[in-house]
Amino acid sequence: MTAVAEIMDYDEVLRRFDPVLGLEVHVELSTATKMFCGCANEFGAEPNTRVCPVCLGMPGALPVVNGSAVESAIRIGLALDCQVAEWCRFARKNYFYPDMPKNFQTSQYDEPIVFDGGLDVVLDDGETFRVGIERAHMEEDTGKSSHVGGASGRIHGAEHSLLDYNRAGVPLIEIVTKPITGAGERAPEIARAYVTALRDLLRSMGVSDVRMDQGSLRCDANVSLTPKGESGFGTRTETKNVNSFRSIERAVRFEMRRQASLLENGSEIVQETRHFDESTGETSSGRRKEEAEDYRYFPEPDLVPIAPSREWVEQLRGTLPEMPWERRRRVQEQWGLSDEELRDLVNASALDLVAATVDAGASPSEARSWWVAYLSQRANERGVELAELSVTPAQVARVIELVGEGKLTHKLARQVIDGVLEDRGEPDEVIAADGIEVVSDDSSLQAAVDEALAAQPDAAEKIRGGKVQAAGAIVGAVMKATQGQADAKRVRELVLAACGQQ
Amino acid sequence: MSTISRDEVAHLAGLARLAVSEDELDTFAGQLDVILDSVARVGEVAADEIPPTSHAVPVTNVFRTDEVRDGLSRGEALAGAPATEENRFRVPRILNEEA
Repeated sequence: MTAVAEIMDYDEVLRRFDPVLGLEVHVELSTATKMFCGCANEFGAEPNTRVCPVCLGMPGALPVVNGSAVESAIRIGLALDCQVAEWCRFARKNYFYPDMPKNFQTSQYDEPIVFDGGLDVVLDDGETFRVGIERAHMEEDTGKSSHVGGASGRIHGAEHSLLDYNRAGVPLIEIVTKPITGAGERAPEIARAYVTALRDLLRSMGVSDVRMDQGSLRCDANVSLTPKGESGFGTRTETKNVNSFRSIERAVRFEMRRQASLLENGSEIVQETRHFDESTGETSSGRRKEEAEDYRYFPEPDLVPIAPSREWVEQLRGTLPEMPWERRRRVQEQWGLSDEELRDLVNASALDLVAATVDAGASPSEARSWWVAYLSQRANERGVELAELSVTPAQVARVIELVGEGKLTHKLARQVIDGVLEDRGEPDEVIAADGIEVVSDDSSLQAAVDEALAAQPDAAEKIRGGKVQAAGAIVGAVMKATQGQADAKRVRELVLAACGQQ
Repeated sequence: MSTISRDEVAHLAGLARLAVSEDELDTFAGQLDVILDSVARVGEVAADEIPPTSHAVPVTNVFRTDEVRDGLSRGEALAGAPATEENRFRVPRILNEEA
């Protein structure tokens, strides 16, 4: 279709169009059991071992709603500043596809359990953008299909498909934003920041694993363009299951450019689902979007309505933990951070890690410095999230402790952390295995000091003459000779002593 | 008074994966009309103060505690499958859609 060469420049897109976004996020709840049956809700079990007549859609099997899942749905709604329905029902969404053995998905249609809220999203520069929440409703996840034959395990060219129904019936909450307008050039960033903020919120509430890589948090991005100066929304596309925060930003940006190119050529946008390709950064056509009426929704006859009492709702409100934005404010105050320092901490996704490191005994400033600087850099090199690094806050706290005790220099500490990152065990094990220790044996240090003084007689003379700042050059030479294993403070003392200054 | 067209019946049959012959399209269109007309008459009788009802019993909030219960063994689960492979249900390839 549209080759990359002819796709419109991003700045040009913004000169001619206003983007409108709508984001649909599916969250798998981390309840013990599925939405409508007592099968374990567990990721990674052997295929078809977490199934029963209900989630396999066998004749006569009857669903019963998981009360914890309803509580989570209401709590999520409250955290998103939503109204909670006084009365609502489940509905059948009818479609034939082997990922749902019942041939319908039990969902909610026009009566979502929570609706009309919003989430304040902090952008990279610290600015806040409020994303309106249209609704959040309860439904169930589908089974997992794998496609056999064909080139790449993709559906095209596959000879047949294999189904594992362990995931069928896992509780899902679908959170839908109101149309996001007025975002302009920041639309892609807002999309990423919104899903990130939602992830942080849901994680702090403990209602989901929120792992995009494992599919417990999934985002579909609706994008349309409105020509500048016009009102109303253009035809939208829905890019499905974009599975990382960075991909959300890239997918939205690409769709804006692709649609603008088509509109500029006088072509029409086809309302369809599209697939994002991580390797090319482009989206490709999926299937035509069904009309809602084709799903022939109707109230689920096997489940009675849900009517949350106001007492119950208030009781659930009382169980909400400190919200991420409240926490950020508290941490900023407690640790005495500037707005910029807080922003760097949040942008590095390091707040939880730093807090856990502080809880493990480290000072906030040391903990912050490790996670935001050195470890962020390591995570970038590996292309992983900071939290995915194989080092724990407790291990970082231990290394900070050893530095504080003078048993490690900063350089050695980094070596120890690198060892932990290479899965070589606890910091103390890496230290023992590599024989890492600060050279504190004065006799060996003394020899290095004497050697350095002899090699730089000018500097030695200055120190003897009282210019103690010249000691820096000698200390540097000793540190170099000992490959950073010496305690710089002790070296300085020895240098000054040798020159009669102490 | 025909309100359901042959095309609509064909569309619904397609959505429901039913093979319906040309003759049956006419038959079903007529029968569905009768059903819709009957339901419409119920609508005429129902007064404004009677809300639409989907459930026969006035019960709400039936919940289950979140405790794991044993389901089927894999052997039992797969026993009724027309075909299996690698402990999964094997189905014909799916066209025109992406999982």
